[in-house]
Amino acid sequence: MKKHVLEQILAIVPKERVLLDLAERYSYSFDASFGQYLPDVVIQPETAQEISQLVKLANQYLIPVYPRGAATSLSGGPLPVEGGMVLDMSRMNKKLIIDRENLLAIVSPGVITADVHKRAEEVGLFYPPDPSSSHVSTIGGNLLENSSGPKGLKYGTTKEYVIGLEVVTPTGEIIRTGGKTVKNVTGYDLTRLIVGSEGTLGIVTEAILRLIPKPLARKTLLATFHRLEDSGHAITKILSSGILPAAMELMDNACIRSVEQYSPCGLPVDAEALIIIEVDGHPMAVEEEIRICEQLCYEQGAAHVRVAQNESERTDIWKARKMVSPAITQMGPTKISEDATVPRSQIPEMMRRLAQIRDKYQLNLVVFGHAGDGNLHPNIITDKRNKEEMKRVEEAVGEIFEAAVSLGGTLSGEHGIGTMKAPYMEMELGEAGLMMMKKLKQAWDPNHIMNPGKIFPKPGQTRVVLTE
Amino acid sequence: MNPYTSQTEKATQPNPRASNLFELTYDATNQCVQCGYCLPVCPTYESMGRESASPRGRINLVKMAAEGKIDIDEHLASPIDLCLGCRACEVACPVGVPYGHILESTKEVIAGNEQGRHASARSHVLKKALLTKLFPKPGRLRILGNLVWIYQKLGLGNLIRKTKVLEAISLPAAQFEKVLPRLESPVKRTRWGAVFPAKGKKKARVAFFTGCIMDALMYQTNRLTIELLVLAGCEVVIPRKQNCCGALHAHQGLIAEAKELAKANIEAFEQSQADYYINNAGGCGASLREYDHLLAGEDDWEERARAFVDKSRDITEILVELGPLPFLNEWKGIITYQDSCHLRNVQGVVNQPRQLLKSIPGATYVELEGSESCCASGGIYNLLHFHESMKILDAKMEKVEKTKATTIVTTNPGCLLQMKLGVERQGREREVRVLHIVEVLAEACGVK
Repeated sequence: MKKHVLEQILAIVPKERVLLDLAERYSYSFDASFGQYLPDVVIQPETAQEISQLVKLANQYLIPVYPRGAATSLSGGPLPVEGGMVLDMSRMNKKLIIDRENLLAIVSPGVITADVHKRAEEVGLFYPPDPSSSHVSTIGGNLLENSSGPKGLKYGTTKEYVIGLEVVTPTGEIIRTGGKTVKNVTGYDLTRLIVGSEGTLGIVTEAILRLIPKPLARKTLLATFHRLEDSGHAITKILSSGILPAAMELMDNACIRSVEQYSPCGLPVDAEALIIIEVDGHPMAVEEEIRICEQLCYEQGAAHVRVAQNESERTDIWKARKMVSPAITQMGPTKISEDATVPRSQIPEMMRRLAQIRDKYQLNLVVFGHAGDGNLHPNIITDKRNKEEMKRVEEAVGEIFEAAVSLGGTLSGEHGIGTMKAPYMEMELGEAGLMMMKKLKQAWDPNHIMNPGKIFPKPGQTRVVLTE
Repeated sequence: MNPYTSQTEKATQPNPRASNLFELTYDATNQCVQCGYCLPVCPTYESMGRESASPRGRINLVKMAAEGKIDIDEHLASPIDLCLGCRACEVACPVGVPYGHILESTKEVIAGNEQGRHASARSHVLKKALLTKLFPKPGRLRILGNLVWIYQKLGLGNLIRKTKVLEAISLPAAQFEKVLPRLESPVKRTRWGAVFPAKGKKKARVAFFTGCIMDALMYQTNRLTIELLVLAGCEVVIPRKQNCCGALHAHQGLIAEAKELAKANIEAFEQSQADYYINNAGGCGASLREYDHLLAGEDDWEERARAFVDKSRDITEILVELGPLPFLNEWKGIITYQDSCHLRNVQGVVNQPRQLLKSIPGATYVELEGSESCCASGGIYNLLHFHESMKILDAKMEKVEKTKATTIVTTNPGCLLQMKLGVERQGREREVRVLHIVEVLAEACGVK
């Protein structure tokens, strides 16, 4: 970092919040995905004004700017792939206001998502988006990646709950989008453009979130199937029966076996698949709905259905699902976690194609995910130090994307494109579609300083490269 | 060593210490998937707000140093030194990264160099002297304890506090001088080799681990522990030749010294022929219960260490198992409990202390928000990193105040002194007592 640039940074932010030591910079060189990139400086801003001035400086000297929340990203969102400055947004966490009359939460971007849940629930309200890392991840990171978790089926995704933002644009302006009203058609919907933009169109410095009343009751069941297709049919039947579950989770045989090995929950290791269904709402309605779900599962050939009779049995059921990630990680140190998503009706076909890919490339590929909304999580467990296997992983990842897109699905349901999926953008969007996105980026960020190296493929880049 | 470790990674290592670090930690650090689930439970990440002060950050830096990308002394030593070692991250980790192993191995490598290059540095000389000349020598520690008793008896503390002599020399030392417990006469100290018969029907024969600091400075707590064990139906033996548990050594990277102490203790306790080995300090207990890790791979010792671990219990575990205690007195006021990290995170003892406190007649137990999070005593962390430690402590004391507790209970001497200091810093020492759980139970049982 050049001395005169550094001096100007230090004129904006006090030196205690400007990290230059090599160890400090290496500490912001990674996220929960793949790869490591050393930034030139890490800055911990506390106000939108500081960020605005830093971004203007970055435009003047063409310094890449990388906003970073808690770095739980699985797609490389906060990775400083071109060096420059990382803005650690996790310190900007002071504001968390629950507005009960208007059913809103007004939050700083560094607030932990679970704290929004907690504060809303204290007054009988509910913020449905719930990524599995919500006790760690920042709300700002969730918004920019539009990550949602298991409740998307009934309650929709994160973008449905963001109605207003304060944003520092890539040229350093501080703008407000949307507001405190649920209805708002004044001009373009920039709020929705920013949510899910992966930090390439600006940095969120405040958000207004919509809350809903907390459901009064919930019921949960776990059904196991000898045949994977049967579980797919059960899902389709339930959804066409007039019931909209709050969550519908699917685990394949490999997941079941590894969970049982890692932390026995009494799951049948010979089952090809299991699904977990949770319904919520009025206490009388959920009793009726869970009974119908149980019956439909049996009609579609379920081997066994377990309905939780109390909160501790419910916790046991969810434990099986929550153990999947740690359990499969035991099989190898490197986990490539994808989130290709297909229309719900195509889940059985997608599962079949994933099995083909697994066999073709001889990889440890396991599948679980949010079956209700078609958001599957095929995970490849490997070791990044094994160069030969990583080549096969690269090929397999490409084929997973091809399969999803060919079934009318998408590359990513909630993890984001980041660095890992950028090479496949044109496959899904087409040349013209991708070009429109590029034009948008060009208009917002003429100097390409805001999270550069993400979303858009480099010229000639057509596949992910996982080996150095 | 992982078969897939490429030659290039090893070739980039510039020096033998980095390759030593690589050998000791690389497989363990590679288990980390960098999910960040450890961040919200890390007290230093909370207080310092930097990734390098988090478990995920520290593990990454160890990996970087092993790969030769950063320097062990210049870049790694400080973030590692600032870790409290509370190991809350191990409990939060979804993939079971052995953080304690990484931390102690890294300290071993760092310490290896301190002995060479920085041997003359004042803090290092002090640390080394304490760890090799004082803690492993129970006799010397008792003399120190006696001197403290004489110091208190003569009222020297008042003089020193008034003249602020100690504050001029060392602010941390002055603060801790204030909170040292009033010692009872050393005449009452437990004799090594003594046997105490059970009261009523004998339910078990137990051997009591006195601990070095507990024995020197908190022998009243040890005496009360023995009386409670006796009340609960235990025949109690105090094995001769027992020694410091070695925790302080392992935490400072002096692994060889720690192993010697472990072996001496195993030998001393085997001779007692007891059913259980009881200790009353969370930190020591954790160290005792990891002797099997410490001595893993040592042919003659591994099996003996495992048997030792199997018999080791915290005082609260055995009292719950053999209880209920014969309470005589009603307790007045609100009690709250601050977990000892090593009792909770390493030994997995969470409910027993709470259960015992709730069972005291008349007592109102109020759970402390964040009681599972470290008080930043951290062995001698609060002496070495006074300001960092006080920042965490002061935040904790605000939560303690919300409980309206008049008694704060701990299960480890370090935590006890630290919480006393916290009360003192708030100027509430007249309203709030800080006690070891054994003192509370003894008082409720009418044992003096």
